[in-house]
Amino acid sequence: MGALTLSNVTKSFGTTDVIKGVDLQVEDGEFCVFVGPSGCGKSTLLRMIAGLEDCTGGEIAIDGKRVNEVAPAKRELAMVFQSYALYPHLTVRDNMGLALKQAGVSKPDITKATDRAADMLSLGPLLDRRPAELSGGQRQRVAIGRAIVRTPKLFLFDEPLSNLDAALRVATRIEIARLHRDLAATMIYVTHDQIEAMTLADRIVVLRAGRVEQVGAPMELYNDPANTFVAGFIGSPQMNFLKAGALGMRSDTMGVRPEHLALSREAGQMPGTVSHVEKLGGETLVYVNAEAQGLLTVRLFGEHNFNVGEAVHITPDASRAFHFDANGQRLR
Amino acid sequence: MATRIPLSRSIAAHTVLIAYTLISLFPVFVIVINSFKSRKAIFAAPLEPPTPTTFDLVGYATVLKQGDFFQYFMNSMIVTCSSLFFVLLFGAMAAFALSEYRFKANTLTGLYLALGIMIPIRLGTVAILQLMVAGGLVNTRTALVLVYTAQGLPLAVFILSEFMKQVSDDLKNAGRIDGLSEYRIFFTLVLPLIRPAMATVAVFSLIPIWNDLWFPLILAPAEEVKTITLGSQIFIGQFVTNWNAVLAALSLAIIPVLVLYLIFSRQLIRGITAGAVK
Repeated sequence: MGALTLSNVTKSFGTTDVIKGVDLQVEDGEFCVFVGPSGCGKSTLLRMIAGLEDCTGGEIAIDGKRVNEVAPAKRELAMVFQSYALYPHLTVRDNMGLALKQAGVSKPDITKATDRAADMLSLGPLLDRRPAELSGGQRQRVAIGRAIVRTPKLFLFDEPLSNLDAALRVATRIEIARLHRDLAATMIYVTHDQIEAMTLADRIVVLRAGRVEQVGAPMELYNDPANTFVAGFIGSPQMNFLKAGALGMRSDTMGVRPEHLALSREAGQMPGTVSHVEKLGGETLVYVNAEAQGLLTVRLFGEHNFNVGEAVHITPDASRAFHFDANGQRLR
Repeated sequence: MATRIPLSRSIAAHTVLIAYTLISLFPVFVIVINSFKSRKAIFAAPLEPPTPTTFDLVGYATVLKQGDFFQYFMNSMIVTCSSLFFVLLFGAMAAFALSEYRFKANTLTGLYLALGIMIPIRLGTVAILQLMVAGGLVNTRTALVLVYTAQGLPLAVFILSEFMKQVSDDLKNAGRIDGLSEYRIFFTLVLPLIRPAMATVAVFSLIPIWNDLWFPLILAPAEEVKTITLGSQIFIGQFVTNWNAVLAALSLAIIPVLVLYLIFSRQLIRGITAGAVK
């Protein structure tokens, strides 16, 4: 009861094309994440699905029904905003119940629905407060609660964690994942943070400059990127791109993830010097200046002692390397 | 929280501000003290406060006896409050449309509406009078309300549209998704957030309307629709001026506008501090 279909959707502001033809099928119950750098059109696309922006072309369908001309409130969806967007003059309870009140639901039913949502998010003690009396994390939970109360066909999240601090971000991320399991609802989630995308998504849609670069499950994108953009965007720290010609290969660029580079003091394929070391306890990141190849990141598991300026050798794991042509497209 | 300001700077700032306050309030002070004095005392020692010998309420007695002073007051209140209401309502609505909706000629419409700030409405007095005569509105309070609404709108639209742009888009969009109408979004979400700006506009529009003599004199000079400013003029003659009465009338005229100002300015301060603490 919440499948979404986008067919050749486009959007232009004046002469600038922001969305340049997006086709996408989101299945019922799926958690779909739009990810991409800022300005790639992911938020615009979400707002178009919500009905807050008109489509310049193409069709948006929910459950097979065209909704291009349907008002946002009639699309049976709920949205959580980055800035929470709670109504400042209403209590938490009224904030959560407003949509149902507008839809003409009876008072006891509204109370039942808000209480249920408040239970799920442990908002009980906050129900009679106003947004100004809540902390950032509490406000975002109320915003999520407001979305749950409506039991929508589609949940839309617009960078909901961006305003939270790091610890709260992880906690809320887990909460959203749990909600998705409990509600089994279709969720569309926009973020620029690839960790959120990887941890939450059933399917990730990578966008760049208004176009879909690749769609797939997180591990599909990680293990099988279609081009250098996706390869560089998914995975942290970023993939290393080596000039393959210098290594005697036929492809233009060879991509190797930091964890698939071997570091040795004695011998290896590429010589270099250590330029910086980051020790994180569980892993050690070594940045190596590898002459012709520029700065490479090597990810070692566990604790390692390398000193800045030390001469080292790097050997890529050829079986885990990706090859790309001059246009950045993957060679298979 | 509060940054410490050096004592010397604080004293200097206060000296300047107090001096300015004294200069601004001096004419008002002179009007008020002289309104309580006998005619002779006013001319003998205009800057002296009333003493038991010079104290005289003859001015107030004249004002309250002569003419329908209470009626003038009511006329001024009705005209000022209605004009203010329409200026704020239409100004805010126009500002919302200009800042919220993308449509062709949006900027052009905004400029057109702001044009009134630069062109004094009095230039159109003759045309306005012809219009009012044709519409049968001469000697009505409606005529004044219409003119003052037109006079106040340009500044209101200009100031309010700047403030409207700062209201979070997310909040308005949340309202749209929850099924609120554009009117509900405007009245319940946006208006409360720009209350300080509304208060500013109200104060700026209020004073010229209350003090205006021009349009009441031209459009509504009849006895039953006279405003207080026009009503006070009966005491100023070409040859003889009843100063007691003029000063008393002016003193009385300050009160309502002061009350209105206090209401709006408290709103204004509350708005500013609310923003600062958040």
